[in-house]
Order: sequence, then C-alpha cells, then structure tokens
Amino acid sequence: MAEKIATRAAYGKALVELAQQEPNLVVLDADLSGSTMTKEFGSAYPARFFNMGIAEANMVGVAAGLATCGKKPFVNSFAMFAAGRAWEQVRNSVAYPGLNVKVVGSHGGLSVGEDGATHQCIEDLAIMRAIPGMTVLCPCDGHEMRQAVQALVAYDGPAYLRLGRLAVETVTDQVPDYRFSIGKGVLLRPGSDVTVVAVGMMVQMALQAAQELSKEGISVRVIDMHTIKPLDTEILLAAAQETGCLVTTEEANVIGGLGSAVAEYLSGAWPVPVVRHGVADLFGRSGAAQKVLEAYGLTVSGIVDKVRQAISLKKK
Amino acid sequence: MKTDMHTLETVAAKGRLLGLDMVYRCASGHLGGSFSAMDILTVLYFETMRIDPTHPEDPDRDRFVLSKGHCTPALYPILSQRGYFPEETLEAFRRVDGHLSGHAEMHHVQGVDMSTGSLGQGISAAVGMALAGKLDERDYQVYALLGDGEIEEGQVWEAFLSGAKYKLDNLCAIIDVNGLQIDGKTADVMPTEPLDKKLEAFGWHVLKVDGHDLAALAAVFEQAREVTGAPTMILAKTVKGKGVSFMENQSGWHGKAPNEEQYQMARQELAAALAEKEGR
Repeated sequence: MAEKIATRAAYGKALVELAQQEPNLVVLDADLSGSTMTKEFGSAYPARFFNMGIAEANMVGVAAGLATCGKKPFVNSFAMFAAGRAWEQVRNSVAYPGLNVKVVGSHGGLSVGEDGATHQCIEDLAIMRAIPGMTVLCPCDGHEMRQAVQALVAYDGPAYLRLGRLAVETVTDQVPDYRFSIGKGVLLRPGSDVTVVAVGMMVQMALQAAQELSKEGISVRVIDMHTIKPLDTEILLAAAQETGCLVTTEEANVIGGLGSAVAEYLSGAWPVPVVRHGVADLFGRSGAAQKVLEAYGLTVSGIVDKVRQAISLKKK
Repeated sequence: MKTDMHTLETVAAKGRLLGLDMVYRCASGHLGGSFSAMDILTVLYFETMRIDPTHPEDPDRDRFVLSKGHCTPALYPILSQRGYFPEETLEAFRRVDGHLSGHAEMHHVQGVDMSTGSLGQGISAAVGMALAGKLDERDYQVYALLGDGEIEEGQVWEAFLSGAKYKLDNLCAIIDVNGLQIDGKTADVMPTEPLDKKLEAFGWHVLKVDGHDLAALAAVFEQAREVTGAPTMILAKTVKGKGVSFMENQSGWHGKAPNEEQYQMARQELAAALAEKEGR
C-alpha cells in the first residue's frame, strides 16, 4: 500500500526542505502552527518565522509588506480564515499589487470534521478564484504537494494553496515521469466513455469510482486538476472531445469552484454535459470527518452516481 | 536632505494648488484629508526621508505607506515636485487613459512604495517592510500615514500589536488627527480618544505635534529616529481642508470636488498663499 500522509504534513516538511536554498522564504502563522504544520519550520528557522497571533487580516498585510522588500512569504491559517476572513486583504494588499505572497489555507473542506460548519470552508476555491490574477492550487497527495510547494516558491506572484487535514493515499507517485507544473492537469487514468475531473482528496475517490465502473465495462478517464486557476483548458478540451461528458468532483461547494470553472470553459469551447459533484450548497456540520463526508455524499458512490448521470445526458 | 523652511513652505503651498487642480479636473477626489496631510508629506519627502528619485527601487531607501490611501491629491503632487515624475503627469489623475489611480498605486506611479486605498491595510504592509528591514539588517526607516477615522478599522490595532511585539523601532506611524470623517466628527461617529494613552498601552512610543508646523514636524521626525526598542506613533493635530477657508474643518469636503465657483475661490486663496511664499 502506498504512503498515507496528509497534504498539510507534506507541506510542512516541504517548507523546511526548501528553506536552506531559499533564504528569502519566510513563514507567517496565526496561532495555528501545530495544525497548519508550520511549527517545524518555526523551530528550524525561528528568525524567519512570525507568529502573528489570531489576526489574519494583519498577517496578510504584513506579508504584503515583506514581499515588497523581496521576501517570499507564506501565510498560514485554516482555509476559513486565510481565504475567508482575510479575503479583502488578499484581494487588495496582495493580488491587486501582484505581490509575491502565498496564501495557504489548511483544513479546507468538510473533512475538518468535528469542529463543524464555522471551520469547514467550502467556499475558498470559489472566492480565491474570483480574484483577478490569482493562482489557485489544491494538490491531492503528499507527493504532489511537495512538488507544488517547490513550484510555488519558484513562482513570482500571488497564489492560494489549499491543504487537507486527513491523511490520504499517495497516488501521483504511480504516474510515470510525474512532474508538477502550475496550470497543468495530470492524466491519472485513461478512459473513453466519461471523464472525472477531480481535485484534492476527491482524486483518490475518483480513481476508486473509475475502478468500480470498469467492472461494468464503463471506461472512465480520471484527471487530477490540482490547479483550479489557471485552468488546464487543453486537457479539458481533449476530454470533452474524446469522452463526450464530464463529472467534476471537489470537497467544496458546487457553486464557484472546480465544477464552475470547468463548466464555464467548456460551455464556450466544446459544450458537453458537465455534472458537478461536491457540497450541494449546504453548510457542513460536526462529526467524525469520514461520517461528515458520507453525510454530504462526498463518497465513491456519490461520484459513481454522477458518472451515470453524465453518461445518460450524452447525446445518443 | 536638509531643506530650508522657506522651500518647504513653498512645496506645501504648491502641493495644495496642484491637488486642487487634480480634483477639479476629474471632478472627483479627496481634498479635505489631502490638505490636512500636505505639510506632513512635505516634510517627510523634502526633509526627513533618505530617498533618491533617480533610484526609486533602492533597497536601502526609506519607505512611505499612505495608509489613508485616498489622499493622493497630497501624495502625487509631492512626489512630482520631488522629481519622481513630471508635473504634467498629474493631469491624468483618475483618468482611464492615465495611470494615476484615485488611490495610491505602486506599479504605475513612480515613488509609491505600496498600493493602498482600502483603509486599515497600509499600516500592516508598513509593519512588514519594517520586519524585512530588521531581517536583512538594513537601516532604512518606514513611515506610514493613517487617518484618525481609519483607525476605527480593527486591522489597524492588530498591526499596532505586531509592531510592538517585534520592537520595530524602524517604523514611524503618523495619525493625521483632523477630527473628521465622512459622516461627521470622529468623536461622534466612533470615538477613538484618548489616542496617546491607547497607543502607549499598545507599547508604542508616542509623540505629539502640530501637523501644520513644518519646523516642528521636522524636529519630531528626528526625535522618532532616535527611539529604540519600540515603534513610534506621531499624533499630528491637523485641520481638515487646511488652506482653503471654506473647506477647513468641514467633513463635507472629505470626498467632494469643487464646482466652478468654488474652484475659482479656492484657487485664488491657494495661489495667493503660494505667491506670498514665492515672493518672499
């Protein structure tokens, strides 16, 4: 069995690994460094780690100021507060001036679990994507995350990175010659009847759904769309033309995130059925993470149902 | 840079005239707070800050953040007079085919160190710049100008906490205390006094000055530079709309452009003030 690691854990390790070769890399946190996994960086490089307290708005602004002086700040909190509470600071102090700040939202989606709706951010992908010039990433496993952080350090500009709480199976290490590239989706499984475009931990579920459907002779293509913006339109156009219908799946509201991005593009480029799978415009609730995901249909069988729907919508 | 008082007075007087023209031309903009801040900016850019307009990106330069980012009719005339760009550029203020945005913008306007406009955010960026200075062991100073209405934003107080935590003695913030905001007196809209006690309790070194006394401003900025172990807050008592009799102390002139008649009256007053300085 492949390595199981939370993307936030891989992120924390990647920061430490990259610190040596990137002296301008600095990390800011808002009193959640044990959860966002920046604590290790803070211990290893205390002079380059700033705990800004429970004050996300100021943290983002301070990062903007650091960036004007050539630093490469990564600001960290839960997705709800990094993307949500500090949205306008990200918009006006970081993205508008095009500053090199990486906004990192940990514990994205419903899998926060027990903490409940106030901490389950299902809107971050939508609201970050809506900002002009913003790059939005959500890698699916530790292997991909490690390379994503490397790519973000090398990339000069504003970006949002979503991390997940739960340990997830590593799948991208099975891809031959895998190399993370911002804005380039990854073909994880070939298929000809339908394409599932997945992001974050829905990628692993999409692969399982494809496996199950193959038993019925349904050939499912699976794309890991780790970058929601800029969207890989090339891989989507080929999928639309070659498989004729798509399902998107994300641990986020079905309004505004990956599903919307894919539908927006294909409706103007190559209209085919696009069925969106995700949180059905509802607030989350407290519960063990797996139970909450099941309660909201973020499951393998949830994807399977959407795949059947997409295929049935195909023009005969 | 050591500038004589007469030159400073002339720069400030001309700055007000240029600011008035900018706002009149595009029929929009913020004169009240710009005129209350004009003398502060004059002293910073012509006396206090170590800057070289021919090297606007010098990593060792002093920085300035206009946290009250709407006061571009003060900042842009000062930058232009200081040599960052020609005076004619001011004609494109708030014009879609120009680059002089209504609120301070750092990429198209030479000399602007941070884009601002959404109140409460500039001071955080200034904290970040000061932190970077400490990290890189550079000895530049960071200045930030806030409005006394602006400090109603909670983010400002988050920034004050962080400035004290990191002992940013390379950071000097100024509050332009003109006592007015859009909806009226600051004391009525949301009382913020006593600012000195609050800032002291937040761990800042607090200094007070008459925000229109150029010599006193120059002296207080010198004093601020000597402070160690804490950021400095200068409470500058000012008059909103300073320099135009009918705009002074009127909250209505926060973000209103003068009509033709008002413009001519204001221009006459400001031109007379400038002529007096120039003729002396």
